[in-house]
Amino acid sequence: MIKSLNTEDTLENAGLTEEEQKLFSNARPQAYEPYPIKAVEDFANWARANSLWILAFGTGCGAIELRPLMTARFDANRFGVAGRPTPRQSSVFIIGGYASVKTLKRIIRSYEQMQGPKFVICLGICPVNGGMYFDSYNTINQFDQYIPVDLYITGCMPRPEALVAGIIELQKKIKRGECDGANRYVENFDWYKANQKKVIKSWDMPDYNW
Amino acid sequence: MNDMLDRLQRDFGISDITERKPTLTTLKVDKDSAERLIRELRDRENYTHLNFMTCIDYIEDGIFTLVYMLHNYDKQHGLGIHVDIGRENAEMTSIHTLWAQAWTYQRELREMYGISFPGSPRVNDDFCLEGWDQIPPMRREFDTKKFSQERFGHREGRHSEVPRDQMKVELYPNRGGDEK
Amino acid sequence: MTPFSKKIVTGHSSALDFAQPEPVDLSSGKYVKLWQGPQHPGITGNMSLELTLDGDTIIDCKTHVGYLHRGFEKLMERRTFIQNFTVVCRIAVPEPTFNEYLYSAAVEELSGIEVPERAVWLRTMNLELMRLASFLMWIGGMSGAFGQYTVPNWTLAYRDYVLDLFEEMTGARIYHMYIVPGGVRAGLPDGFEERARAIMDGTEKLLDQIERVMFNNIVFKARSKGLAVIPPEMIDPYGIVGPNARACGVERDLRKDEPYLAYEHLDFDVITGSDSDAYERAYLRLQETRQCVSLIRQCLDKAPTDGPFQADMPNVLHWKVPAGETYVKAECTRGEYGYYMVTDGTEFVRRVHVRGPSYTHAIAVMERLAVGNNIADIAGMMVSLHTYPPEIER
Repeated sequence: MIKSLNTEDTLENAGLTEEEQKLFSNARPQAYEPYPIKAVEDFANWARANSLWILAFGTGCGAIELRPLMTARFDANRFGVAGRPTPRQSSVFIIGGYASVKTLKRIIRSYEQMQGPKFVICLGICPVNGGMYFDSYNTINQFDQYIPVDLYITGCMPRPEALVAGIIELQKKIKRGECDGANRYVENFDWYKANQKKVIKSWDMPDYNW
Repeated sequence: MNDMLDRLQRDFGISDITERKPTLTTLKVDKDSAERLIRELRDRENYTHLNFMTCIDYIEDGIFTLVYMLHNYDKQHGLGIHVDIGRENAEMTSIHTLWAQAWTYQRELREMYGISFPGSPRVNDDFCLEGWDQIPPMRREFDTKKFSQERFGHREGRHSEVPRDQMKVELYPNRGGDEK
Repeated sequence: MTPFSKKIVTGHSSALDFAQPEPVDLSSGKYVKLWQGPQHPGITGNMSLELTLDGDTIIDCKTHVGYLHRGFEKLMERRTFIQNFTVVCRIAVPEPTFNEYLYSAAVEELSGIEVPERAVWLRTMNLELMRLASFLMWIGGMSGAFGQYTVPNWTLAYRDYVLDLFEEMTGARIYHMYIVPGGVRAGLPDGFEERARAIMDGTEKLLDQIERVMFNNIVFKARSKGLAVIPPEMIDPYGIVGPNARACGVERDLRKDEPYLAYEHLDFDVITGSDSDAYERAYLRLQETRQCVSLIRQCLDKAPTDGPFQADMPNVLHWKVPAGETYVKAECTRGEYGYYMVTDGTEFVRRVHVRGPSYTHAIAVMERLAVGNNIADIAGMMVSLHTYPPEIER
């Protein structure tokens, strides 16, 4: 029996049948609290920074330079980076370049399935301001309106050395404790959802995490 | 080659025969005879390969021109067949029984231009776009930049140069970019 | 039945009637619908397959594309001729150079520009290097699709050396923007020839090792022989081109049938196979990779080392190409890649249509071949057809 943690007026998909409600958790995503003792939190951040597992989802052009990154020449494995096939086991989502509207829906779905703390790296200039597809009817122009982003690596394409520099920068940022993308998503949930719904017209996704 | 074109002219009323290069000839045919012509080319004249099927929007004349590109591997010759159809309520006979990839092309044209192909399998399924609520985007009256600005927004700080004006400023710095 | 014989499954009962499979009743509990979806390590890029399964066997497959759709053909109508060449290479992400060449060739044909000889040879060398890099990545993908992860590491790492050659030649690893209308952008730097020859020697040794490790591997043979057979009568009705068709025994290669660039002066044979299953296609592509190495060596021998590499161009800021239409083709790693261009005498192109070979391979052919096969072989089947999603939906 799923206990509802929120009142009716916070969720827009409240009109689901009883059968469908049993499939999903009908609670809004919860923010995670940092550890109360600072030393433990620092240790946890160090551990998170040194085991960044990325989700294997080649969303666009940038995915072509992710494969050489894993080979022995640039060797992302020495930073603890490994590619995982499922969002449940990964903590970094690398958005490779532009995002079309159809892919954006799947990105959001995968992002919501990842467990916090989770980080997002955007490759290329396209997520920043649309890049060279600024006038395309199917690619979004500003990526951080839909998902909180922690790091941008610009270029077209960014070279694997630039990706390695970006990973090191992300590690430093995590160790400083500044990467709270998952919490930002929870706190501004309505704003993100409103932006997503403005762009994604065939909406069949849950509004809550499951 | 010329015998074949003469025969086709007699039987199907093709017109506008232009040789673009030794391996490519284009011609125009009526909408009603198009499917018969393509079938004849495939079965009797050995144009067995369909390269692609696409559409050109001539908005100033009010027509869509469908282009079918066929290829003959024995003679290494390509034929581009142009068929004019009207822009309003655009409709064309389907050729999905002739080649297996034709129904995919027709699905794409239905989505991008709004041309209907009655009888084509899965022609109303979405191909590239999901949840599209505007006019078919490849039509020339659809302004893609305006749509992108409105729907997706615009981040401040993007700086664009018009090359002509930039060159004037560089070449005539003392006059502030004025040519005169 | 011996442990290593495979029942040959070719898909629907009659592949030539193009009929769509009958929809099944999903609520009966007998069938499961799975998405080998966009977020999946077992697909060649960002596309998805909607599979209906009866146990482990696929009874229906629908390909969904559009995750990479950027509307290139609309974008190209908004940019002038010289602005377009920066955009076109992004149409086919893993193998961008063919787009640059075909766009330039189409514009040059329509405006009557003749490319100098040195540029022709440099273009040929660039295209052959691109074919080599793409084939190396493909060999890695094919091996990885069957679970053998040693070979992808070798080929992707070695491909980096070829990308280094590209960086010396053009300035960038992936999106070169080197072949422009009128010629190429620069000549070769000093010492390029020695480095290129050294890398070609290394590639040959690598390919021999790959043949020993991958093609003589008993698991790879057992899984890929007899998988996804394309019968010869399916080629023309489905528009199958490239190595997929050559593996059936038809001798069709655009570099020999309609020679372009410097291919008339190069010495090579069209490689064909006997019956097109996944193993045969993979072996044929390995042979073509060796052919690429030999062609690059011939280009290094025969290319002129001095002379202009760019023709005299009109003022590109005010360039109006005369009205006309043309269709240019090239033989990329997957088959016939074509650009159809229509101009009307203004500064903007009227219509460009990009014909990618994966358009038919990934949709019509895949949906037909997948039926009747085991779900574990889907990734191998898709990779053996060599489909790249970006050129399907551009």
